[in-house]
Amino acid sequence: MPVNETIAHYSSWCYGSATGIYVLAMLFCLAEGAFSRVKQGAGNAAPARQLVGAGGPSTAESTTAPAGPSAVEPAMHIGRTIETRRPLPERLGRMGVALVVLGLALHLTAIVLRGVATDRPPWGNMYEYMSVLCFVALSTWTVLMRKFPIRRATGFVLVPVVILLFLGGTVLYTAAEPVEPALQSYWLAIHVTVVSAASGILLVPGVASVLYLIRTAYDRNANRFARLGPKLPTADTLDRLAYRTTIFGLPLFTFGVICGAIWADSAWGHYWQWDPKETTAFVAWVIYAAYLHSRATAGWRGTRAAIINALGFAVMIFNLFFINLVVTGLHSYAGVG
Amino acid sequence: MVTRTVNEPTEQVAPPPGSPVRGLLAFVRNTWRGLVTMRTALMLLFLLAVGAMPGALLPQFPLNPPLAQQYIDDHGWWGQLLNRAQFFDVYGSVWFAAIYVLLFVSLVGCLLPRTVEYFRQATAKPVITPRNLARMPHHTASTVAAEPLAALDAAKRQLRGWRVVERAEPDGARSISAERGYLRETGNLIFHFAMLGLIVAFAIGKMYGYSGQSIVLAEGNQQSQWCNSGVLAYDSFTPGLRVDGTDLAPFCIRVNNFSSTFLSTAQADSFDAGLSYQDDPRNDPNTWQSYDLKVNSPLNIDGDKVYLAGNGYAPVFTVTYPNGQQRTNVIQWKPDDAVTYLSEGATKFDPPGITDPTELHKKQIAVTGLFAPTAVITNGVMTSSFPAPNNPGVAAQIYEGNLGSDSDEQSIFDIDQNMVDNGSLKLVAQANLSLGQQVTLPDGTKVRFDAVQRWVSLMITHDPTADYVLVFAVLLLLGLVTSLVIKRRRIWVRVTPAGDDDPAGRTVIDVGGLARTDQAGYGEEFTRLSARILDAVAGADRSTAGKDA
Repeated sequence: MPVNETIAHYSSWCYGSATGIYVLAMLFCLAEGAFSRVKQGAGNAAPARQLVGAGGPSTAESTTAPAGPSAVEPAMHIGRTIETRRPLPERLGRMGVALVVLGLALHLTAIVLRGVATDRPPWGNMYEYMSVLCFVALSTWTVLMRKFPIRRATGFVLVPVVILLFLGGTVLYTAAEPVEPALQSYWLAIHVTVVSAASGILLVPGVASVLYLIRTAYDRNANRFARLGPKLPTADTLDRLAYRTTIFGLPLFTFGVICGAIWADSAWGHYWQWDPKETTAFVAWVIYAAYLHSRATAGWRGTRAAIINALGFAVMIFNLFFINLVVTGLHSYAGVG
Repeated sequence: MVTRTVNEPTEQVAPPPGSPVRGLLAFVRNTWRGLVTMRTALMLLFLLAVGAMPGALLPQFPLNPPLAQQYIDDHGWWGQLLNRAQFFDVYGSVWFAAIYVLLFVSLVGCLLPRTVEYFRQATAKPVITPRNLARMPHHTASTVAAEPLAALDAAKRQLRGWRVVERAEPDGARSISAERGYLRETGNLIFHFAMLGLIVAFAIGKMYGYSGQSIVLAEGNQQSQWCNSGVLAYDSFTPGLRVDGTDLAPFCIRVNNFSSTFLSTAQADSFDAGLSYQDDPRNDPNTWQSYDLKVNSPLNIDGDKVYLAGNGYAPVFTVTYPNGQQRTNVIQWKPDDAVTYLSEGATKFDPPGITDPTELHKKQIAVTGLFAPTAVITNGVMTSSFPAPNNPGVAAQIYEGNLGSDSDEQSIFDIDQNMVDNGSLKLVAQANLSLGQQVTLPDGTKVRFDAVQRWVSLMITHDPTADYVLVFAVLLLLGLVTSLVIKRRRIWVRVTPAGDDDPAGRTVIDVGGLARTDQAGYGEEFTRLSARILDAVAGADRSTAGKDA
């Protein structure tokens, strides 16, 4: 099965361009955070942001009371006509989001071309896996921006994505190749797609939970994170974002692990052998289960739940890097070294 | 461990003074109550996560015994300590078992009352309408011209699919109390029971299952046929606790051919073994079926699965003795290099026609050394440049003397180094041989490298509960999705005559809503539903009464 080198080359080019555009978007979004001013006089030392969508449902979802008309800002809606001239930092932030959408288009092209070039699902090694993970994470974020007032936090989700894409494009880069016999199965399409998508989705609550911890620290004591805190979405928004995304990502992850077990049964002889990758996936799953339980336990809601969620994503990343690159197991397909 | 929406602090029962029995009972009761609280379950979940982690970070005996032993040897007292604490067999260790047994008990202790409560709830009426609906998280109100009873009927018609109860209230008002989303708890219980079932099925599978490996030459004849006749047929065998190897499914397998293809980068592209097999050799010894065994498609026979687990080369040597007699032997050599298949092994020969042990032990021959499927010789040293048999070569070291075959610790891949050390086995020749080349030993015996055969390593596994585990896993997933997606929520509608200060004799409608679950996102649905109810009520008698929501 030969690899079409020309298409593979175009794929890499799209990947590089998408990464570059994300970097630019990240700089724009972070610039907005750095240079925008916090409006004074709003309750809780921060503006509560609301969706005032063009034609969308109003803020029935939000349980926080609006902190006064001065704090209400129009929500990001792609294609919405700008009636009044916005301050420069906000325009930068919106340009950042537009760049993210452009980057996603290039990123998707890169993934599709890789698949065309190798004539297989384009997630057979670590470079390709991380590319899909980042694509899903940013797509999820972009979709959620329409439902949650989180545009101003876009820079923070771009940071881990850009780091992952940079590592993927440099140290972990693997040339387009067919995969080895153990991976030649339709389960590659199912298992790896689902797991990489679930990991990408779970990146969002991971970031939201870290931001939640910063925001609540600021809410408790305005001297902590005094510059960053007030510019983040409200603690309640971040908490809801984390929960709603987790309950979507976790069943998907569970499905991915079950698919992996079915595949393992036909490729390795048993559906569960405590291979390092399996074990770490199990640990991550247990931590997310603990997250769901903690939200129903008195004294564990809020901060502790957010720590658990962030820990869950940390284990997912640990599983991706440490287990792939350091520990030898059946899942050693990174294609590195 | 089941998600509890209401948490009451555990009631601590103090042991009454003077009675050891009651004191003990109280202790047991308190321990039990402590064990089944959510907080304990949460702690046990963390312990499970932390406890499972060393299994991923340290080499494990069940997965890779040599690596685990190596780790212990390399780390001195620290390795010894970890080994004594069972850190190299985490999932078989006492402490890991303690964690999951406690979690299991906690789960059962939480599920039983939850299940009883679930069935009581199955027929329960929705709760009484709260006094003040304006205090509910979701509320809307309106005044309409419709009669209270007509208004309530109109509202009720909008609540299809809800469990509804209508009540008259003491002050002349009437109200509907409606609730839905009972499936959430159904999903929750299914999820947790499926988890119990999965753990039990997994454990039974471990007890009654087995797995083993055996190397079979790809010759397809009776000599190289492999039968699942007992533990001795295997090169390695891992039985479950309740398996003694006497009752295995008695199938037989022959490997007729094996082929592998590689990319130019030496990465493997395909492995393919052509098999013949018999399901029931005792009753039907002449029927052979064929199967194309590949890496991702195991063969199912009688509840056992046969996998293609590995492969390698077996060089064929012919020894021609000075008296003209010939012996040809072939045995698998083991690949030392996973990429180039550079292999090592020992092919051993007994001289023909000699029965006297003393004479025999002078004339035994072993061909050892390296086998390269694509041999490259640089400065006299043979390496392999590619895994396919493009230019097979053997860097042969031929020993003659006493192989020590009588001792128990014979490796099929090696000669007995003790015999070399004590001088009874001597290196008599060394040569790099290509196919067809031969080397002559000092006593005139000739050793020829004739051909190359392939061998495959078959893994045979038996797991009687794998299908049940899959069923429970699917139920677990369905339960999880149901319990996370469905919201348990309530809506109340109260109709009150507007009273004497309203001359038109209108009716006040109050709609209140409450989601009983965490972060349910009930708002949008409530807004939609309450608007529909108010519209329906307003239209009940085509009144144009104004809304004041």
